[in-house]
Amino acid sequence: MSRKIIGPFNRVEGDLEVQVDLVDGRVEDAWVVSPLYRGFERMLIGKSPQDSLVYTPRICGICSVSQSVAAAKALQMAQGLEMPENGQLSQNLVLAAENIADHLTHFYLFFMPDFCRKTYANEPWFERIFSRFQAIRGKAAKDVLEARAEFMHCLGLLAGKWPHSLAIQPGGSTKMIERPDQMRLIAILQSFRGFLEDTLFGSSLEDVVSLSSISAMKAHFSGGAAAASDFGQFLEISEKLDLISLGAGPDLFMSYGNYTDHNGNLFYPSGTYQNGKFSSLDQSGIAEDVSHSWVAAQGQALHPYDGATVPDADQAQGYSWCKAPRLKSAPAEVGALARHLVADLPLFKELTNSGRGNVEARIVARLFEIAESVMAMEAWVRELKPKQPVCAHGSMDKETEGYGLVEAARGALGHWVKVSKGRIINYQIIAPTTWNFSPRDASGQPGPLEMALIGASLREGEADQPVAIQHIVRSFDPCMVCTVH
Amino acid sequence: MNMPFHLNDAKRPSRAKGKKTLLWLQSGGCGGCSLSLLCAEGPDLITGLEAAGIDVLWHPSLSEETGEEFVEILNRILADEQHLDFLCLEGSAILGPNGSGRFHMMAGTGKPMMEWISELAEKAQHVVAVGSCAAFGGITAAGDNEVEAVGLSYDGRDKGGLLGGEFRGRSGLPVVNIAGCPTHPNWVLDTLMDMAMDGFTLEQLDQLERPRSYTDHLVHHGCPRNEFYEFKASAEESSDLGCMMEHMGCKGTQAQADCNTRLWNGSGSCLRGGYPCINCTAPKFEEPGHTFTQTPKLAGIPIGLPTDMPKAWFVALASLSKAATPDRLRANATADYIKVPPSGKRKAEHES
Repeated sequence: MSRKIIGPFNRVEGDLEVQVDLVDGRVEDAWVVSPLYRGFERMLIGKSPQDSLVYTPRICGICSVSQSVAAAKALQMAQGLEMPENGQLSQNLVLAAENIADHLTHFYLFFMPDFCRKTYANEPWFERIFSRFQAIRGKAAKDVLEARAEFMHCLGLLAGKWPHSLAIQPGGSTKMIERPDQMRLIAILQSFRGFLEDTLFGSSLEDVVSLSSISAMKAHFSGGAAAASDFGQFLEISEKLDLISLGAGPDLFMSYGNYTDHNGNLFYPSGTYQNGKFSSLDQSGIAEDVSHSWVAAQGQALHPYDGATVPDADQAQGYSWCKAPRLKSAPAEVGALARHLVADLPLFKELTNSGRGNVEARIVARLFEIAESVMAMEAWVRELKPKQPVCAHGSMDKETEGYGLVEAARGALGHWVKVSKGRIINYQIIAPTTWNFSPRDASGQPGPLEMALIGASLREGEADQPVAIQHIVRSFDPCMVCTVH
Repeated sequence: MNMPFHLNDAKRPSRAKGKKTLLWLQSGGCGGCSLSLLCAEGPDLITGLEAAGIDVLWHPSLSEETGEEFVEILNRILADEQHLDFLCLEGSAILGPNGSGRFHMMAGTGKPMMEWISELAEKAQHVVAVGSCAAFGGITAAGDNEVEAVGLSYDGRDKGGLLGGEFRGRSGLPVVNIAGCPTHPNWVLDTLMDMAMDGFTLEQLDQLERPRSYTDHLVHHGCPRNEFYEFKASAEESSDLGCMMEHMGCKGTQAQADCNTRLWNGSGSCLRGGYPCINCTAPKFEEPGHTFTQTPKLAGIPIGLPTDMPKAWFVALASLSKAATPDRLRANATADYIKVPPSGKRKAEHES
């Protein structure tokens, strides 16, 4: 047996190390190390509650808006504010734009370049994939950067800039909606739909979202423009490399739900999914364990209202700055796949018929979410009411608390804030990759990625590092700067 | 086809001299300057780098090499087997706890990131701090700065930081501080391109070694709320249309950047998004000493006055312009949509 330390990983947000025990070329056990600590939760103590809207987006340059929305929701609850319909629509549009852009960045720039590695050079599909997806030099990089940059004009219009906008407020948005804004947004979305239909899917978005079984998806993407599309090519590789059998995580999936409409309904529902069963979600069942973190011991796992983050690089059992969040003591996988399972979509139940996630299911969920969310944005943009209020205002009690739960691109993101004498006295954040890349807990349960890496094996010709590890790690689209914050 | 002689003979200076190499590292930051850079357009980032004649040795969001392959690139630079023109750092250098650097050990290497940065900086022709974290410490240095976050050549407003205030790259230039939180994609690309063309001198840097190409301007320039500013017609809540200097904490009249003339993500800027400038290109912007979105005042007068404006004149002009505020601006300043449009004069034929 040999312990292999792998890192730094790139094409993830932030720094990441993975340690694996290899036995006969197969991963027997794995440890995930988050090597960077910055201390946002502690810098917020003593600040004015509104200042969280400046600091928390800067936790992460790729999930910046998600952090803003979670912070604003926590303050909204603390203030008891009602948001005008335009404010909710505007927040949905801004958050969806970030999530879609992140999925696109992940697929084209972070995930696909791994299939251009030398280990695949003799595969029949290699030359085609290499010329399209090679890092930096591949044709796809320019295509996607152009389409993405134009699509991000949505955020120039609705949030001033991206990342690190201050437009998202507890009562809605600071950006008023004028008719020309609405017209521009409609035009930008049309152009982006064109990129998705021509290049990513080779199909209409309506056709993509109607595919409800693996056989229907495979049939649709087996010929013509759909087969030649970027997603079609991924499906082809995925089948040949059997990515559906790679990277099985925990059997519990969790989503906070996303994009509220004016009736309070969620576009992606909230809840949990486990072995075909749905349950509603109660955030009071969430607790963070620090037994294997470089965090001062606290006796037991604590709910984030009561949690603390005191760094201690000398904790004997510690091996990561990341804490281990658990839902009723269980590790949970979060992300686009969890959202689709909690939404009871048959294709995704079939893709995970072992009851666990896998590399292919995670990628398919993300790309389908792009199609679903762009169609939703097209509807929301038309529901905007120019010249109508976008922001509600109110005062905040000196003693109050609140939490904000939102789905970032990578999954469930929560902020819990306590305010006393008008100042923040505790602020705890649990980010999606904190769930997915958590270390072990006090009972020894590994985190989702630690589970998912077990069984990854060397390909023929690989010396000591299975490329499968790269695929599994990136299938979660990790954001390490959010993970520890 | 026969090309005309002058086209055949055309020189491409940046290519003729060979490509410049760039290594981009991240430490105590959010990655937002890289993500902002991916928003470069007209042309896209990859084309922009090609135009600059820059060959990316490694960038965390873009490159294929990972783990040992990446560490090999670093070791080749340190062994002088690989020439390095640009070392870009995004995120602050993290010295804690107690100067050990253990808050950021570079994955897979067991070595503090701050040591990697210091060693590589010795090899680089140019060292570039991308974003306010790498330049001054930035957001990561907020609060009690328990992680001991500093910039490359500054610790907040003071010379110092990881490399020290006297550090010079092999080219002889100090660390170039492309400050901002985040940076505009073209602040970064234009500066790198300019430096790659070898004509870049100290003259092009301001008092904090930021590129004057964008810090010779104020955020106030081109602010869409300028008429409200002129008449001190002020916003009172975050959705109001008026000037945000008096009550909402806006520092656009002091902040050195061209955000309202070089727009973001198409047509945006903080002011255009309806929220105040927080002066994110300045050292210590992360600890303003007041709630970001509330203007601190002394005897009713904002403490932070417009750059280069004598206080007595500001007070005199402000009271004069307040007295002269047109009704239209007074009404619109505290409204969320224009209540009273400019009246103008209708042409005679419309009136008849």
